[in-house]
Amino acid sequence: MTAQDTAQGETVLRLSGITKRFGALTANDAISFSLAKGEVVALLGENGAGKTTLMNILFGHYTADEGSVEVFGQALPPGQPGAALAAGVGMVHQHFTLADNMTVLENVLLGTGSLWSPGLGKPAARRRLQALAEDFGLVVDPDARVAELSVGERQRVEILKALYRDARILILDEPTAVLTPQEADALFLTLRKMVAQGLSVIFISHKLHEVMAISSRVLVLRHGKLVGEVATRDTDRHQLATLMVGAEITAPAPAEARPGAVLMRLDRVSTQPRGNRPGLDAVDLDIKAGQILGLAGVSGNGQGALADLISGLDAPASGTLEIAGHPVSGWNPRSALHSGIGRIPEDRHRTGTVADFTLTENAVLESYRDAPNARAGWMDWSAARSKTEAIIAKYDVRCPGPEARIRLLSGGNMQKLILGRVLEAAPRIILANQPVRGLDIGAVTYVQEQLIAARDAGAAVLLISEDLDEILTLSDVIRVISDGRLSPEFARGEKTPAELGQWMAGQGFDHAA
Amino acid sequence: MRLDPIAAPSPARALGLPALAILATIALAAALAAIAGANPLETFGLIVKGAVGSKFATLETLNRATPLIFTGLAVAVAFRARLWNIGAEAQLYAGALMTVVIGTQLGLPGPLAIPLMALGAIVAGALVLLGPVLLKTRLGVDEVVTTLLLNFIMALFISYLLEGPLKDPMGMGWPKSPALPRDARLPRIVEGLRLHWGFALALICAAGVWVMQTRTTLGYEIRAVGQNQQAARFAGIPVGRVLIKTALISGGLAALAGFSEVAGLKGNLTSDLSPDFGYTGIIVAMLALLHPLGVVVSALFVAGIFVGADSMSRAADVPTYIADILLAAALLFMVLAILLTRYRVVRG
Repeated sequence: MTAQDTAQGETVLRLSGITKRFGALTANDAISFSLAKGEVVALLGENGAGKTTLMNILFGHYTADEGSVEVFGQALPPGQPGAALAAGVGMVHQHFTLADNMTVLENVLLGTGSLWSPGLGKPAARRRLQALAEDFGLVVDPDARVAELSVGERQRVEILKALYRDARILILDEPTAVLTPQEADALFLTLRKMVAQGLSVIFISHKLHEVMAISSRVLVLRHGKLVGEVATRDTDRHQLATLMVGAEITAPAPAEARPGAVLMRLDRVSTQPRGNRPGLDAVDLDIKAGQILGLAGVSGNGQGALADLISGLDAPASGTLEIAGHPVSGWNPRSALHSGIGRIPEDRHRTGTVADFTLTENAVLESYRDAPNARAGWMDWSAARSKTEAIIAKYDVRCPGPEARIRLLSGGNMQKLILGRVLEAAPRIILANQPVRGLDIGAVTYVQEQLIAARDAGAAVLLISEDLDEILTLSDVIRVISDGRLSPEFARGEKTPAELGQWMAGQGFDHAA
Repeated sequence: MRLDPIAAPSPARALGLPALAILATIALAAALAAIAGANPLETFGLIVKGAVGSKFATLETLNRATPLIFTGLAVAVAFRARLWNIGAEAQLYAGALMTVVIGTQLGLPGPLAIPLMALGAIVAGALVLLGPVLLKTRLGVDEVVTTLLLNFIMALFISYLLEGPLKDPMGMGWPKSPALPRDARLPRIVEGLRLHWGFALALICAAGVWVMQTRTTLGYEIRAVGQNQQAARFAGIPVGRVLIKTALISGGLAALAGFSEVAGLKGNLTSDLSPDFGYTGIIVAMLALLHPLGVVVSALFVAGIFVGADSMSRAADVPTYIADILLAAALLFMVLAILLTRYRVVRG
């Protein structure tokens, strides 16, 4: 506990022996730590390590089975978000909690005053909000409607909301997941201003370089247990990664690609916008054999439209889609499959699998009509089962057996089954939409290696990810999507993350298009 | 309070809770019988005796179960695909109507007429459900509303026909259709007993639906569409076409209830041919957890309660309403039991 000794200043928050169980799963196992005034503590851990659960307990969304929370020396009554707020704890969730149809000022005021107070005291509130925005560098127009704001701006509103309620402790849950590198840097600047003024911050992340950049102390969670507590200046990324995973890890390092023919071509393709998400806007795109094309971009900029188009769920509204030189017509998921496209969907729970189906039934979801799985409309379940057993063995799917329901599997094993389903069909083109999101590092490495192996075997891979690090690691060529438009193609190493970040923010695009 | 899903319910939970549901149903009915001034044990005894206490009673229960198996299957098939067919009643009458029209108007010999009547009934029932399902797949119209309202339209249409074009000239003014000729009726399974071949047909249909659901690609598609339409569409299953095929099967099955009642039992069409067999089919299917073979069991159970309660009310002074209450309570407790096998209620 040397790190604790080095933490200066008074203790503002103390968690003692927090334990939380969900059925058989222990999400938090006797976790204790404290937070001092004026420091940024990073909470590091893989998906499912228990970070969010712990913060939800601290904030009163969940009640801990054991343990207590103390804020400024006062015990916090469990299960009351109102009490945490009143004690000066503010939380910015991964998914924002803003009313889209109201202005920034109205959102900040929501829940602060009595419903019956006339006029809500808006002029005074506006002055206060502007002062806070200036102090902390959180520039946002108080009269803009939230629906019109960018993701980065919405996050600023969330932080302002907490500050306006006099939060002295701010919890940020994966705050950079939706930001460009530039926006993340601006956020870090804000956080530094906040700690300089005596606020304390808990920064939840699984990105090591951010943790190294912003925190003074790092707490590492693994499988619900606190496995490490180190001062940031005494550690490095390698040690943190090892602590977080519990084993040495090596990132995949793909060999030089040998690109071949263009297998898929989009020629000035546009698609219909969907809700407030943009469609594709006159997109040109070539996907070549033996190459991984990484598509970077901030969430909600047309990745879904492109993925739906290639999956066959959507057809071009204008422009042409060519597979191996032939324009497609009557485009739907089945013809996409018949054209040799393997699809790893973004949401493996809702799109990739049928939760209450067995592994076998899920393994043949895309090939149930074809021999040997079926003949003349009759299923051959024993053939389907042997195919599934082969996938389970080859792709190391940990499961009770081919007849188990797939919802019993962890995300990583579910993804391995999907991967097996896709790769065993020997696709010429692979669409991998966020293939490793939410997986633990072991599964991440496995899935990435399989994609590289498929590339080396001559497949054309389109990798869509909101994680720029993943794009940079795997891609032979990179394009950036912003508001439905694509940047030019950049070779590996041609652009720095910061330069790509500018494209992600929409700079550099030809607006005449 | 919230619900935590249970990954793999223990056998004690999976079997104990439904058993508890049955006990709760019995307890509730006993309380009601006591309030009505009857001895609960005696009342139950009379219901059981009335349902299976004699050869006659048992055959009556099997007869009553026959249309319920058909409508229960119709609902089970549709619900499996999350196609909410509330209109089995209308499809039943469409089938009965077609049966009577073919059987009385074409003058065909029996061996030719009976298969044609069944086929015509299936087509008519399927067509009645085709409209709502096309509105659903093309325009997104809620099929609960359209199928429900079609029940009333069909009831009024049948009334009109029975008062007008289809009215039996020999019917002494009663609104009923002419009767089927003798040779166009379904024969008895055993000569002299009231049970007709419609019951056997119902069992064959149940087995057929079971085979279809578990062994054919169509059954696989139907289950995939019902469990997760988004994943089914992504995987290339033509969701709209699967829903249409499901609707045709479901409508056809419900129509066979009408065919079987007219050709097997009643011989003609009246506007009270079905005492809500279509709606009761929903209860039958739900109690069977949508399993086609379970439908047979639950149809027998439901029919037994109705027949038994009829007989009981003649012997004891308890109204037959107790049958409706028993069924409603059984359904509610069973739904609750199923929820609690899959989820655990926890605080916080």
